[in-house]
Amino acid sequence: MNLLLEILSIPLVQTILKIVFMIMLFAMPLGTLMTLMERKWSAMVQDRVGPNRANVGSFRGHGLAHIAADGLKSIFKEDTMPEGSDRFLYLIAPFFGLIAGVSVFAIVPIAAPIGSFTFQITDIEPGLLFIFAITSLSVYGAVLAGASSNSKFALLGGTRASAQMISYEVFMGLALMGIFMVYGSTRVSEIVDGQNAYWFGSLIPKWGILTQPLGFLLFTTALVAETKRAPFDAPEGESEIVAGYFLEYSGMRWSAFMLAEYVAIVGVAALVTTLFFGGYHVPWLHLWESAPEWLVRVLQFAKFTAFVVFFCWFQIQLRWTVPKFRFDQTMALGWKKLLPLSLANTVATAAVILIFV
Amino acid sequence: MIVFFYLFALISLILALGVLVFKNPIHSALSLVGTFFCLAAIYVMLNAEFVAVIQVLVYAGAIMVLFLFVLMLLSTKDNDQYALKLNVSRGLAVAITGVLMIQVLTAFMDPTLRFGEPGAYPVERIQEIGSIALIGQLLFTEFVLPFEVISILLLVAVIGAVIIAKRRVP
Repeated sequence: MNLLLEILSIPLVQTILKIVFMIMLFAMPLGTLMTLMERKWSAMVQDRVGPNRANVGSFRGHGLAHIAADGLKSIFKEDTMPEGSDRFLYLIAPFFGLIAGVSVFAIVPIAAPIGSFTFQITDIEPGLLFIFAITSLSVYGAVLAGASSNSKFALLGGTRASAQMISYEVFMGLALMGIFMVYGSTRVSEIVDGQNAYWFGSLIPKWGILTQPLGFLLFTTALVAETKRAPFDAPEGESEIVAGYFLEYSGMRWSAFMLAEYVAIVGVAALVTTLFFGGYHVPWLHLWESAPEWLVRVLQFAKFTAFVVFFCWFQIQLRWTVPKFRFDQTMALGWKKLLPLSLANTVATAAVILIFV
Repeated sequence: MIVFFYLFALISLILALGVLVFKNPIHSALSLVGTFFCLAAIYVMLNAEFVAVIQVLVYAGAIMVLFLFVLMLLSTKDNDQYALKLNVSRGLAVAITGVLMIQVLTAFMDPTLRFGEPGAYPVERIQEIGSIALIGQLLFTEFVLPFEVISILLLVAVIGAVIIAKRRVP
């Protein structure tokens, strides 16, 4: 028992355990659940029943068995490779997006620290800039898949994806400048703690959505565009270029693209929750002073998870509600409307802080 | 720590060589991305996390993607024209670079140059203030003139890009 505690107190062991928890028990399961949730919810939107046929004996679980069925199917499906493709690039391309997707969880805290133990894998100083750096790498998945598939449709999808993702990265960073200025840090833990303050005594929490409403809209738009989902799904545009950059893929590699997309959804939800909705902080919980510490952590984790699930649902609902943009409309929206808006937001925030604070 | 330095230095050298040796320009570009990553890792070990992150964000995440974008659109099946062949001008380039490298190496061999006097910002001070805050403060006080000059240079480049793009529109 003592030996176990001693092993658990080694920082490296703690970090590995945190990584395993965040990725294997939080991001991946939620991402996999999202695949089913999307199919079920789109069915609801379109007045269908949705997937409910897969079964284990008589167990159907309202379609839950489809998750296992999908996984098994893609494992046993032939991993095709188009003729004339660039073998090495074709094989590694699906995993860039997945790696970038799970890396987001490296800096997201899920509960308040106990002593020196944090519920966050790492709290580096550049914090959010690290996220920008990592998400900018997810472009490579699409670009390399498009370039190596030896298919015109895939190439078109790849070029569209790279153009769209680079464009939206530009103001994704700018949209967050306001948050950096308001909370005075790029460190995630300080931004989250900054949102635990209140206006008017303890009436209204200083959440990011209230201090930076425009920043919230811009940042969420940019993140949704980065996941390449509707209304920004021109890189996949099934009505014009079949499936875009991952057209030639099948089996497990195709699944890697899909899983990357759904993990990215969870990542987006986690980031939005952390930056604009107080992260793990439960509002007004400090009024209940006699709350036991463990209960506070459980409530914080529950609040965080609830918000993450809500924003996952929000993205799915968004996809099945709004019509998609044409590709030139996507680019025009990004460069001509959202980029000037985020610049204006930065300047306005700086002016307000300079004058009033 | 020193093991990691040699590891990343070795990988980045191998990848940098790959940039030259690979026949396929896309492979070369990817090797360059890998080199940037190893450089970023070395920056992290030098307590310059901000520079490391910006290195990945700007070079690997934006500039190299644009490189790949162009290569994708221009890619030909005939990659032999990019192959490494030796001719007079290339030989000359190798010779000049070799001389420069020897010069740098001799400078590093000089033991007195290795550890100078600690400057105004040793590692402890940077960690206390925070590297991003420190860079910001210095940029807007001591180095405000170079900073503004670079801004104007970049603005000129942006305007130039817009004009080139506009020309095609009647």
